[in-house]
Amino acid sequence: MALLELRNVEAYYGPIAALKGVTLDVNEGAIVAVLGANGAGKTTLLKAISGALDPEAGTIRFAGAEIQKRAAWDVAAAGIAHVPEGREVFRHLSVADNLKMGGFLRRDAGGLAADLERIFGYFPALRARVREMAGNLSGGEQQMVAIGRALMARPRLILLDEPSLGLSPLLVQEIYRIIGRVKADSGVAMLLVEQNAKMALDVADSGYVLEGGRIVLAGSAERLRSNEDVKEFYLGIRDAGVRGVRRWKRRKQWR
Amino acid sequence: MDPLIVFLQAVVSGISIGCIYALVALGFVLIYKATEVVNFAQGELMMVGAFFAYTLVDLGGVPFVPGVLLALLATAAFGVILNHLLLRPLIGSPAFTIVLATVAVSTLLRAVVAMIPGWGVETHRLSNPLAGQVVPIGKLVVSAEHLMVIAVTVVLVGALYLFFSLARVGVALQATSQNQLAAGYSGIDIRRMFGLIWGISAAVAALAGVLLAPAAFVHVNMGYIGLKAFPAAVLGGFGSLPGAVVGGLIIGVVEELAGLYAPEGVKNVAAYVVLLAVLMVRPQGLFGISKRVRV
Repeated sequence: MALLELRNVEAYYGPIAALKGVTLDVNEGAIVAVLGANGAGKTTLLKAISGALDPEAGTIRFAGAEIQKRAAWDVAAAGIAHVPEGREVFRHLSVADNLKMGGFLRRDAGGLAADLERIFGYFPALRARVREMAGNLSGGEQQMVAIGRALMARPRLILLDEPSLGLSPLLVQEIYRIIGRVKADSGVAMLLVEQNAKMALDVADSGYVLEGGRIVLAGSAERLRSNEDVKEFYLGIRDAGVRGVRRWKRRKQWR
Repeated sequence: MDPLIVFLQAVVSGISIGCIYALVALGFVLIYKATEVVNFAQGELMMVGAFFAYTLVDLGGVPFVPGVLLALLATAAFGVILNHLLLRPLIGSPAFTIVLATVAVSTLLRAVVAMIPGWGVETHRLSNPLAGQVVPIGKLVVSAEHLMVIAVTVVLVGALYLFFSLARVGVALQATSQNQLAAGYSGIDIRRMFGLIWGISAAVAALAGVLLAPAAFVHVNMGYIGLKAFPAAVLGGFGSLPGAVVGGLIIGVVEELAGLYAPEGVKNVAAYVVLLAVLMVRPQGLFGISKRVRV
């Protein structure tokens, strides 16, 4: 049994269907990437899992229990930490308080202190700015705060929504290096949503391609990397002469 | 009398009434920051708190300090219940609907209090251990009640500051007011935080009511002081707790000085004149952060 199991999950934004029956598994300790263009439903997928949005149909099981109707804080208590799109740090709280809020549900002072040290080990830049208001930090540092805040909950699963969004290539590499280290150190599972397919597939064990609210492709990271469609549409590797009509035809085949 | 002494007397009583405006304004700002609702029933929560204190101390014979503390607790519970029954079902409605609901609550509270036997529409006196006592400071003669109002406000504001910056739940309340989504993702139960903030805000309002009682008595319309506290909150930048306190003090002092030096009637509009003048220079208020909205 997988740690996280989605079965035919449907979700709506008002009258618009954002997820049209998504089935997906995340195994204990695995990194799973979800690739997709803008508007494919990636963020909606994560929001449905973490309880910010109630799915209309389908089931979401985490560690064996159904969580699709739970509020966000109950999902967090079950062991899922969400690093939202656009960081969403507490802008007028210090970096220290932001991290402290990540561990809001924990009472083990010793464990919290140790985790704080671990996070400063991953992100030395944060240690230097620990008293600074999080809103005054750069985008990259805010992303570090958001990831650190999630780690403070000592979750079993981390949902990462576009961690590379708006960051310089160097910082993207840095963030992904840390994601790899976190996985190696703690074995926490991650569901990673990305437009930056290369970075995501490099760190992931397996992946899904989401288009128009549907999973159109699934497989191991290597298989996805070598898939011609993924290469062309998500990795930007393309043979000369492939254009227009053919692209449209290929996309049709997926449905 | 020495004009300087007269001036200082007015300033002290202005600070004292300003403290009460500040407490009511704090209640506005606390709820607004956390829940983005402007609670127009804040003045009525104050009135209910004062009636609770009057009932316990003067009708029930409970000694003053424990009686007042019990009244604060009762008003806090009342605020939590009000939030639970009337406002939680409206979560997700347009802001206008929610604000109108608080206006309805304020009217309702005045009507219900007027109907309760023993409360009614009469003016009541909350007995007060400091009544009539004065404290001479040099040539200045200050009433003990004024000093108590100032001291209690200082202690309360200090306690709130420590609570919001150090206590785990206090920081969580701040986090909720800054980013509800991220607070929920961090495991903070937002609905409980809303209840808590209503409780705190109602207790602060009740304290303002008890402090106001010696000067203005306890009666069903005492909540209209909210009309003065509201400009205080706006003056401070609606959303800033220190701003609410400073705004309250400014309005209190300006009012007293206007009463002393300006022609009859100016005192009643001084608060609004100050508000307009400040907003012309600083539209975001004294302590407000101007929000830049990307379009």
